[in-house]
Amino acid sequence: MTLDKAKRGQEIEIISILDSNIKAQAIRLGIFEGARLVCAEKLPAGPVILQNKMQEIAVGRNLARKIDIDFV
Amino acid sequence: MSTCHSSVKMKNVEQNLKKIVLAGNPNVGKSVFFNSLTGVYVDVSNYPGTTVDISTGKYKDYIVIDTPGVYGVSSFNDEERVARDVIINADIVLNVVDALHLQRDLFLTQQLIDMGKSVVVALNMMDEVKANGIDIDIQRLSDMLGVTVIPTIALKNQGLEEVKNHIAVARQGNKTEGIEELLSQYKDKVKVESEALLVLEDDPNILSRNHLEETGMRELIYRKRRARVDDVVSQVIRNTNKGASFKTKLGRYMLRPITGIPMLLVVLWVMYEFIGVFVAQTVVGITEESIMLGIYQPFIVSLISKFISEQSFLGHILIGEFGLLTMTPVYVFGLLLPLVIGFYLLLSIMEDSGYLPRIATLVDRVLTGVGLNGRAIIPIILGFGCITMATITTRLLGTRRERVIATVLLGLTIPCSAQLGVIIGLIAPLGVKYLLIYIVIILGVFALSGVFLNKVLPGESSDLLIDLPPLRIPRVSNVLKKTYTKSKMFILEATPLFALGALLISIMQFTGFLNRIQEVIAPLIIGWLKLPKEAATAFIMGIVRRDFGAAGLTDLAMTPEQVLVSLVTITLFVPCVASIMVIFKERTKTEAALIWGGSFIVAFLVGGLLAQIII
Repeated sequence: MTLDKAKRGQEIEIISILDSNIKAQAIRLGIFEGARLVCAEKLPAGPVILQNKMQEIAVGRNLARKIDIDFV
Repeated sequence: MSTCHSSVKMKNVEQNLKKIVLAGNPNVGKSVFFNSLTGVYVDVSNYPGTTVDISTGKYKDYIVIDTPGVYGVSSFNDEERVARDVIINADIVLNVVDALHLQRDLFLTQQLIDMGKSVVVALNMMDEVKANGIDIDIQRLSDMLGVTVIPTIALKNQGLEEVKNHIAVARQGNKTEGIEELLSQYKDKVKVESEALLVLEDDPNILSRNHLEETGMRELIYRKRRARVDDVVSQVIRNTNKGASFKTKLGRYMLRPITGIPMLLVVLWVMYEFIGVFVAQTVVGITEESIMLGIYQPFIVSLISKFISEQSFLGHILIGEFGLLTMTPVYVFGLLLPLVIGFYLLLSIMEDSGYLPRIATLVDRVLTGVGLNGRAIIPIILGFGCITMATITTRLLGTRRERVIATVLLGLTIPCSAQLGVIIGLIAPLGVKYLLIYIVIILGVFALSGVFLNKVLPGESSDLLIDLPPLRIPRVSNVLKKTYTKSKMFILEATPLFALGALLISIMQFTGFLNRIQEVIAPLIIGWLKLPKEAATAFIMGIVRRDFGAAGLTDLAMTPEQVLVSLVTITLFVPCVASIMVIFKERTKTEAALIWGGSFIVAFLVGGLLAQIII
């Protein structure tokens, strides 16, 4: 399952991120393998908004397709 | 960039003083601490080779240096590289942390500690923490990190004195488990001790500076640090109130297209009223017409012509129609400066309030279609102010491919504010039908050229990955400071380019080359575009200044169809001489020549086709 399949309100766990540069940047924002986040918002064919407590991060749809997740 | 190891240039300060460096994530209120420490005597200078400004000042026997807001010490962009080099040479780091975003901000804090820096943490925005029903165990946070943590509300001047009192006792904190052992292998191999951590984290610039190979450890270290930060956060935060506040809800409405698009349209309308109407007409009417053309120009012309004849070559270059002392300052200070200030003012407000990243998210879908991501909305918005300014801003885009696409789209399709006024003036009397055709054509060219470039250019564009900071009321002084430094940087960067362009045009005019071009393109204007011969002059003028070209059309007797054709053509072809110069500066010569030449071809092709159909 990839992140673009997540629906609004679902809780997800990040399984893997392929691109190593993206991986390093994402880790600083709290998106890393094993992290549990909420899909707070999803724009039609656009970015997915991930939320971790007060923190919100917008992930472009293309990038979301490259991030493997599991539903929690 | 990789050689600017010797730290920031500092005027009038002794190098042997200890350096306090302010570090923190974007928009955490660092500048309030900086101002409180340094008072009014601050030196703002551009970091060599970047668009990044660095402020330096003095506090007691310390030098205080501000850094751009970053999420970590590394080299993913210019801001990070500058912050990294300043932090490496710091004696004491004052780390400002947004208390509402510990999970995000403590990653940088822990990295600073892992570097071995002496750190004091200012836990800022404590009022928002309370308002959100969150409780932070500050003593426990301080114990776990191993450094002093001071709660502050900088905007209300709370805690600042305590921070100052603790600067002298800044100390090294508790490193992430296992880091010390790894560091010990590299401590002797690097020039500055704090570089050892960055070597382990495979920072490319630091590796090449120390002639070392990649270690492949970055991910492992980042993961360990992340785990430690999450552990700290989970132990110090209590009573998290899950209820979404009004600000959170408003933030969501800005993202959802059904509510976000109307909000964006309202904001764009306000921007147009402020910049397109108030600044471009009222303010520029005073600065350009009354001051520069009314007072300055007659003064400088009469002064210079006492020594040099206006008809001579030198006179022509200095005080002629496109003179270095006439047109250049009139254009730069009379027209561009007010527009640029207006734009940066609004952009700083949108940035500091947290709205800008939300616009980027909202438009991301549309921009991915043309090979850009949502962040490219910044140069596009700026383009409606000034293409030259916008082209410089394309530096913030992730890849070279995106920078090329954005530069092309800006030069080709975005009318700058100087031009927009004239275009609207000409097209409004023709009615809604013509306005719509104009908009559809320009949008069509935007979409087609973007999609085309996205197909043919090699490589891949970067994806959107941005932090959506909490919405906040922007701080006036911060907005003004940003506007000032960015406008100043623009003027410093654009003026020489514009002067050079004016010089070239003057020479072309003096040698009769300009008239020659006019004669050559005349048949094209008459036969292909079906416009009066005089339109050629307007087009040539459009190369000098975009609004000159459009304004030149005002005096011609043309049918509504001809007006439409000429406006479409003049919007699409070459931006003004300053933006041509900046395109050549920012891109390679081949790329720039292709972009410039291409814009002519597209302009005459589209304009001509339109003429053949409707006239």
